[in-house]
Amino acid sequence: MPKTMGILGKKLGMTRIYNELGVVIPVTVIQAGPCTVLQVKTADKEGYNAIQVGFDPKRPNRVTKPEAGHCKAAGADGFYHIREFHVDNPGDYQVGQQLSLDDVVKIGDLVDVQGKSKGRGFQGVVKRYGFKGGRDTHGSMFHRAPGSIGCSAWPSRVIKGKRLPGRMGNETVLKKSLKVVDVRPEDHVVLLKGSVPGAKNGLLKIFSR
Amino acid sequence: MNHPVIDKIDQEQMRFDHPAFRPGDTVKVHIRIIEGNKERIQIFQGVVIKRKRGAMDASYTVRKISHGVGVEKTFALHNPRIEKVEHVSSGRVRRSRLYYLRERRGKAARIRERGIN
Repeated sequence: MPKTMGILGKKLGMTRIYNELGVVIPVTVIQAGPCTVLQVKTADKEGYNAIQVGFDPKRPNRVTKPEAGHCKAAGADGFYHIREFHVDNPGDYQVGQQLSLDDVVKIGDLVDVQGKSKGRGFQGVVKRYGFKGGRDTHGSMFHRAPGSIGCSAWPSRVIKGKRLPGRMGNETVLKKSLKVVDVRPEDHVVLLKGSVPGAKNGLLKIFSR
Repeated sequence: MNHPVIDKIDQEQMRFDHPAFRPGDTVKVHIRIIEGNKERIQIFQGVVIKRKRGAMDASYTVRKISHGVGVEKTFALHNPRIEKVEHVSSGRVRRSRLYYLRERRGKAARIRERGIN
């Protein structure tokens, strides 16, 4: 995890915008923040420097008592998403502080975005690892199977890490160096060039670099 | 379905100043072109053979015969580089995608005017 400040966000979808030259830029629209600082962790006390933030407030009747107790110091009821950001200077943050989008990103910045990729289920090696497969016609009897997975008498086993069919997607993906095309603090929205991991409404961590 | 915020972003950029036109119509598209450090306007006149619907994704394709060669250009409907679209004439056609014009030349590629029997 990058040791930089960031903000939590939610992917809203994609669209396109025109720059001043009339060139189309594909953008992802992300609702980022506001986040509330729930806890400040320091190297002395917790062993590392970090801040814990909450994003997307819950209605009070959805909050469990332990959650409510944890969020009470910050003056909040509870949050759907609580995550940590490693920071070098935890002393700069106070519990209850509101973090907004423009504290973290400016237009023209590069940011890294972490999200959970869409789950693809159990997939074969052609989709999962880009194996070529065989030809479909002309008597070919080899289509999308993985092929040989190793040698025979020696070593008499399949080597570890052999790429085989299995669950694909639904894993944490960090996409680096995305350009901030626009920041709209009034809607808590940031526009990043290109795509970001995950489905719509998925939670994203946006790291400043 | 798009999120309302995305609709808002799209609305801000969309152009509503174009005249109504549909496939079969002849239009003049005034394109702003930067050459070196000068800007000039190039006009592309031809028959609209396709309109793609959508919000920011909407586009249209214009076909013309240039020096005996068929040329098609697809423009994004909301492209700010388009100075204006001029509606020249309306054509009577019976389908929304006029790809059959690609196989026709000269007289066979004519389109009847709309509103005239």
